[in-house]
Amino acid sequence: MSPVLELRGITKQFPGVLANDNVNLTLEKGEIHALLGENGAGKTTLMNILYGLYKPTKGEIYINGKQAEISGPTDAIRQGIGMVHQHFMLIPVLTVTENVMLGEESMRHGVLLDRKAAAKRITEISKTYHLEVDPHAYVRDLPVGIQQRVEIIKVLYRQANILILDEPTAVLTPQEVEELFNIMKLLTGQGVSIIFITHKLKEVLAVSQKISVIRRGKTVGSAKPAESTEQSLAELMVGRPVELVVKKKKAQPSKPVLVVRNLFVKDKRDRIAVDNVSFEVRGGEILGIAGVQGNGQTELVEAITGLRHAESGTIQISGQEAANKTPRQITEIGVSHVPEDRQREGLVLSFPIKDNLILNTYYKTFAKGIVIDEQKVNDTATKWVADYDVRTPSIETPAGSLSGGNQQKVIVAREFSRPMKLLITSQPTRGVDVGSIEYIHARIIDKRDEGAAVLVVSTELDEVRALSDRIAVMFDGKLVAIVPANEVTKEQLGLLMAGVPESEVLIKLHCK
Amino acid sequence: MNDMNLTLQEKRNARMGVFFLAISLAIVVFFALNTPAGLTTTFGLNPGAATNAPQLPDVPVPTASTIWSLAILTAFIGGWQLAKGFKNSNIALLFVVLIFVLAFLTWAARGQSMNFLGIVSASLLRAAPIAFGALSGILCERAGVVNIAIEGMMLSSAMVSVLVASMFRNYDALNPATGHPLFPDWFATIGRTLDSLNLSPAVPWYLLIGLLAGMLTGGLLAAFHAWLSIEFKVNQIISGTVINIFAMGMTSFISQRFLQPIQPLNGSGTFTSLPIPVLSSIPMVGPLLFENRFIIYLLFILVIAIHVMLFYTRWGLRTIAIGEHPKAADTLGVNVNRMRYINVIMGGVVAGIGGAYFTLGSVGRFNKGMTAGKGFIGLAAMIFGKWTPFGAFGSSMIFGFADALQQKLQIFSAQVPIPSEFLLMAPYIITMVVLAGVIGRATPPAADGVPYEKD
Repeated sequence: MSPVLELRGITKQFPGVLANDNVNLTLEKGEIHALLGENGAGKTTLMNILYGLYKPTKGEIYINGKQAEISGPTDAIRQGIGMVHQHFMLIPVLTVTENVMLGEESMRHGVLLDRKAAAKRITEISKTYHLEVDPHAYVRDLPVGIQQRVEIIKVLYRQANILILDEPTAVLTPQEVEELFNIMKLLTGQGVSIIFITHKLKEVLAVSQKISVIRRGKTVGSAKPAESTEQSLAELMVGRPVELVVKKKKAQPSKPVLVVRNLFVKDKRDRIAVDNVSFEVRGGEILGIAGVQGNGQTELVEAITGLRHAESGTIQISGQEAANKTPRQITEIGVSHVPEDRQREGLVLSFPIKDNLILNTYYKTFAKGIVIDEQKVNDTATKWVADYDVRTPSIETPAGSLSGGNQQKVIVAREFSRPMKLLITSQPTRGVDVGSIEYIHARIIDKRDEGAAVLVVSTELDEVRALSDRIAVMFDGKLVAIVPANEVTKEQLGLLMAGVPESEVLIKLHCK
Repeated sequence: MNDMNLTLQEKRNARMGVFFLAISLAIVVFFALNTPAGLTTTFGLNPGAATNAPQLPDVPVPTASTIWSLAILTAFIGGWQLAKGFKNSNIALLFVVLIFVLAFLTWAARGQSMNFLGIVSASLLRAAPIAFGALSGILCERAGVVNIAIEGMMLSSAMVSVLVASMFRNYDALNPATGHPLFPDWFATIGRTLDSLNLSPAVPWYLLIGLLAGMLTGGLLAAFHAWLSIEFKVNQIISGTVINIFAMGMTSFISQRFLQPIQPLNGSGTFTSLPIPVLSSIPMVGPLLFENRFIIYLLFILVIAIHVMLFYTRWGLRTIAIGEHPKAADTLGVNVNRMRYINVIMGGVVAGIGGAYFTLGSVGRFNKGMTAGKGFIGLAAMIFGKWTPFGAFGSSMIFGFADALQQKLQIFSAQVPIPSEFLLMAPYIITMVVLAGVIGRATPPAADGVPYEKD
């Protein structure tokens, strides 16, 4: 029998970039096929071609052995291909039913929408595939895990038998990931074939039947999970041996550097986002903050760094009151900040690298009276670019044209080159390739060992666990637990992140 | 978490209560204490020419005691708001504002009579162009295209519609035979034939042709706006401004060069009032709603039709989708840019009807700059109405009422010591207060004004 889907020699040339270079992929009926690769390796481009969002420069697509012409999402849907995008394609102001039926609306009397009929079909799909969801709920009120269910229902509603999941686990708690894997297995049991895109090695090994690895647009290998290890896959993915474990000595905590007491912060919609949070970070230790995105971590960091108003409570940084000071005042106390969204808050994308490197010191270190000392800027920038291994043609290159990993290194170079007492880093390795992750992690540990207090905020549980000496879990604006990193399992953290009270989590621990 | 939000709500409720009490005090200080005893205010309840509805007797009320009771009622609402709080304090706010207006009217017309329903029906006439503008804005912005060129579209359409309607109406005067060699003989022949056919006696055919020309004008300008903002991703504010400036210059040029010197080109007549049988004889409501000009009925139909289309049809669901998250719609096979073209052009056509209202719907001739910012106020009404047709119509009525009120009060200028200039500002002050967010923040469609790019 011919395979459900076959990609032959897919090549996609963007201006200046060869995103896909002669890629081949075969998907059998009822299998979960993992597509593994670093960010920017060309996985998403390949899937966008398959879904008709991009036109390939070269190559053919065969579905059930027949060549298929896919020139738009409509064609893909007609061929039975459904895609769950990394960034959900849901409209928050519409209900689940409206989101699902959009583009394939049920009608009555020819012109009017038939929401009832659509809701009924959604309920049927929910039941068949154990995808519980209220068809009348507004998407904006649903947690991310449920939104993902809606996305899957959307695909099943269109009777897809080839399902593309693009980085589906990025926004989920470990328990939700487990649930998703069960759903995936259930779907393949019913004859659906799944392409599972990810860069997380553990997940690939846990759920897939076949693995294809893509590097720089090329398929560099395929493997069976039974015959692979995380280490072998990582090497295949990056192209050289990679250190997967963060090496660190035992922490030597000194005096508290950051002391937060009873902090309340509101989010941009005027709701309480940080709810009575108290904690401290000592010099020479790393406190990791774990939590599903949107549980107040962003607002907490913004309040500490002076980017958001603190409603009440105190923030002390090395003995100085820092609540509601300006970012510059806080920077001058000795705080370094690697922000969550590097493109919006960390860099001025249209500025050259050298100007980005002096954004918070230009008026002091690099000033000669009221003008900037260009010579000093150039010399320093050249040195830092070399020291921090920023891969760029020149220090004059606009920050916007660098890759994600190199952009992050520019920020790290800027923030880490100042004398610091406190380092705050949010999602330090989001969208950064494995090689750079290794490098950035090592630098963070270095700073700890030099005596700085470090606050790491990350939604990647593995990262928090690897870096932290202690882990604080945030849920719904509250710090629900602070635990030593080596005494807590991933499952326990997952439960805490999902809002299960600390006492219950500990009981479960004892039962095991 | 809930505790803190609750206190916020309580604070807002308390602020609202104090505001109500202040209004009550204002009614006492400004109106009640300034009213000599023994005067009567008479309210008329027969708008304009009510041909079919039974005439209603005027309602005389004792001025001073009426104002006092309104003040006490407001104080009571304020007290209730402070003590217990209304479930929906915005409705209480609306109610209090209405009472204030009523108290003001009672005071302004002390010892005289004022046709209250007359003001309401004048409000509708003044609200109509604003409402057309707002509906046009809804069609565009729901699909994610900001259209500030509604003003220019209305102005152009106002001119084109009167020009075309006049040409067809005055074909005799524009003939070589009468000394105006503008149009050849066959043109007059067409006109005479259509005249003799007497297709629609209630609505003259040349006005309908004028209206269509106006709609076409609006549609064409909108197509241009859509082309610039979708195809070339030009900043939509700039594209809109360009169209506004173009419309202003073009209309004043044509008006000066042709419409002013050749009067037969600038006299179309207007739609006449068409009472709807039966419905128009309902007292009060009848003459207000069912004894209007053709183009006002068109407005009513559009408000309802756009509401139904937006919330109950495939087109509506897709429109909302592409205005909120075009990429999501695209991945489901909705053609985002084609939908945007269609919607913007439809918006232009509606703006065209609004433009024709200025000429064919009210005075029958074109004057330079006659839209006077109504298109922009329409956008304010759209925002105030939270991008819904009924909301937009309601807010247009508020703006229209402010406008009609200042007109009416000029009659009472002897006993209302407010300079008429200030009264003229009233609609605009209301616009500003409304935009500053008395009613609460209005959230535009998420992708409003953002061109759609497929990476």
